[in-house]
Amino acid sequence: MPRLVIVDVDKCVGCMSCMFACSRRFGEGGLAKSAIHVSSIGGVERGFKVVVCRACENPPCAAVCPTNALVRREGGGVVLNPSKCVGCGNCARACPIGAVQWDYESMKPIICVHCGYCVNYCPYGVLSLSR
Amino acid sequence: MSEPIPRKVLYIDLSSKRYWVEDRLDLFEEYLGGTGVATKLLEEELPRNVDPLGPENVIVFAVGPFNALYPTASKTVAMFKSPHTGNLGESHAGGRSAVAIRLAGYGAIVIKGASDLPVWVSVHGDKVYFRDARAIWGMTSSHTVGRILREVEPGSGVRTIMRIGRAGERMISYANVITETYRHFGRLGLGAVFGSKKLKALVVSGKGSVRVVDRKAYREVYDKIFKLIVDSPLMKKYHEIGTPINVRVLNALGALPSLNLQKASIDSADAISGEYIATNYLGRRVSCAHCPVACIHLAVVREPYEEEPYFYKTTFIGYDYEPIYALGSMLGAGEARDVLRLIDLVDSYGLDAMTTGVVLAWATEALSRGIISEKDLAGVKLRWGDYNAYMKAVQYIVEQPTELYRDLARGALYAARKWGGEDFALSFGGNEMAGYHTGPAAYANFAFGARHSHLDSAGYDLDQETIGRTPEPGELVRRLYEEESWRQVLTSLVVCLFARKVYKPEVVSEALKPLGIEMSVDDLYSLGRKIYREKYRLKLREGFRPEDVSFPRRIFETPTPHGLLSPEYMEKVKLEYVRLIREVTGEGASGHHDG
Repeated sequence: MPRLVIVDVDKCVGCMSCMFACSRRFGEGGLAKSAIHVSSIGGVERGFKVVVCRACENPPCAAVCPTNALVRREGGGVVLNPSKCVGCGNCARACPIGAVQWDYESMKPIICVHCGYCVNYCPYGVLSLSR
Repeated sequence: MSEPIPRKVLYIDLSSKRYWVEDRLDLFEEYLGGTGVATKLLEEELPRNVDPLGPENVIVFAVGPFNALYPTASKTVAMFKSPHTGNLGESHAGGRSAVAIRLAGYGAIVIKGASDLPVWVSVHGDKVYFRDARAIWGMTSSHTVGRILREVEPGSGVRTIMRIGRAGERMISYANVITETYRHFGRLGLGAVFGSKKLKALVVSGKGSVRVVDRKAYREVYDKIFKLIVDSPLMKKYHEIGTPINVRVLNALGALPSLNLQKASIDSADAISGEYIATNYLGRRVSCAHCPVACIHLAVVREPYEEEPYFYKTTFIGYDYEPIYALGSMLGAGEARDVLRLIDLVDSYGLDAMTTGVVLAWATEALSRGIISEKDLAGVKLRWGDYNAYMKAVQYIVEQPTELYRDLARGALYAARKWGGEDFALSFGGNEMAGYHTGPAAYANFAFGARHSHLDSAGYDLDQETIGRTPEPGELVRRLYEEESWRQVLTSLVVCLFARKVYKPEVVSEALKPLGIEMSVDDLYSLGRKIYREKYRLKLREGFRPEDVSFPRRIFETPTPHGLLSPEYMEKVKLEYVRLIREVTGEGASGHHDG
């Protein structure tokens, strides 16, 4: 299964096109549904961090889910079953790199599905889909 | 989730520390957003003929339907009464401001009243906080204020931190508001209005979503526009060298204002050019939120500490064409490092770089002509190319140790009216010129552009297109009006004007459809003319008289690419503009604006 990877974070200009793309998968604008988070490292002059799910083989987010709403995905990472999710936020707290984003509109986690849609909107080659 | 057409307006009253939200779909339906809506909100809220630095002045920030939906729709429009010109102030900035405001759920933010104590205001979604800013008031550098607020405020990555420096606190009439460290609401003194309200900063964060009416069509139009932007020459031009690519171009044309426009080219142009800085100093390029172009260029300047070996101060400095012109060629810079250091200082005080440069250029010439003395300048001997002197003078413009500096803090024209030297004060209606000595259209634009920016109608562009075949005055004014009225649409959406060649009328019309807005190309053009009309009506209401516009003599003394400009020709241009403005607004010279 493919996996989203960061090729060179130093090439990131902070345009957030990837974040908007991720939200647009669902046909809406804005950023509420983005599984990626880009922010500066204490001021844009220092560069950016691009937080994406690493598709862990043994994901801590799934381990702490009390309702088994997060199930391990073949090839790494997890898949969310929203009907089982109670919105407790354990998964977001368990991810040490902060890659579980939170949807404040549905009060549920946003889980990267490694579809690679965002890659098409990064003009600087920061992101790539590894197969 | 926000609606496809923005509708919520957040009102903040600094006097009572209250805030409330009103549904203003009526305004956004009629005027889209940005410039159009801001004009109407200001007209509603601003009492007639108030002191721009009094509590009655009003600040409006407005975004539009394209922000957070389409790429390179990255700008926020600010409107206020300008303490620099005494008339309408309009200033645009990027950074993350537009996306943050829209995704906090708002189409506009209106700030009224004045606080008794220094405050900063934080808007996080539907919550507004008034925070005690006494501890950060008076801080030497606006950069430090930014750092502190980054630490104490939530919303990293999806917020804007607009702040003023000491220039704003001291209400210098051309103080700016800085956002995300390297973008500015630069012109016409928004920073002074913040200062007069004791508003140190405005933080807005938002991470909401925006609904569209037709999801499939939205994604299709998005992809089309994204591809146009990424594949367009503009992308390459603005990304690689950035706006300073103009230094060499204009220098070769003989249109680069130098030494207070005593010349229109400078020998050291190569050493302050975009190519030179990109090769020798460029450290990083960054973007505004939702813009793949990344035109923001940051130079790295490393300076040794004299007292300690191998100890360096490393500074990132944002640079663009206009600051290089104003703080570089206008002041006789020999090499880019000097210019970059001065840009950094001007930024840390929160002064508008363009105005500051023109003011310093005027003072340098005034000193050389004996109109002012070294004593008036508190011992600073201003000389072309002497950047230690310029650094000191900038400090004194903020600290104001003498009467002359108090006057310089109000602009070149103000100082010249008092001390003499109006002929070479490069000011248009009280606002200092932009960096284009390209010909008559540029100057018509500076004088009559509705927001006093070179980007109003891009007169400099028209000049460059028509070298060797200068249009007749009537034709010139007509073309500037057409361009400016179309730009009202772009700045109401609000897209960055660098992407104007992508956002053609047909593209805008197509991109509005998935949002449920049906507007033909003709509808868009007429909306642009309507916004122009409303803006000019507001200007007339606030006392602008096109009949009183005059041009500083200096522009007629230095040849342009169109040859020496003739005062007679410019007088005809002025008459055409007077007629146009009276016709468009339907208000005669006696006006309805004196009530």
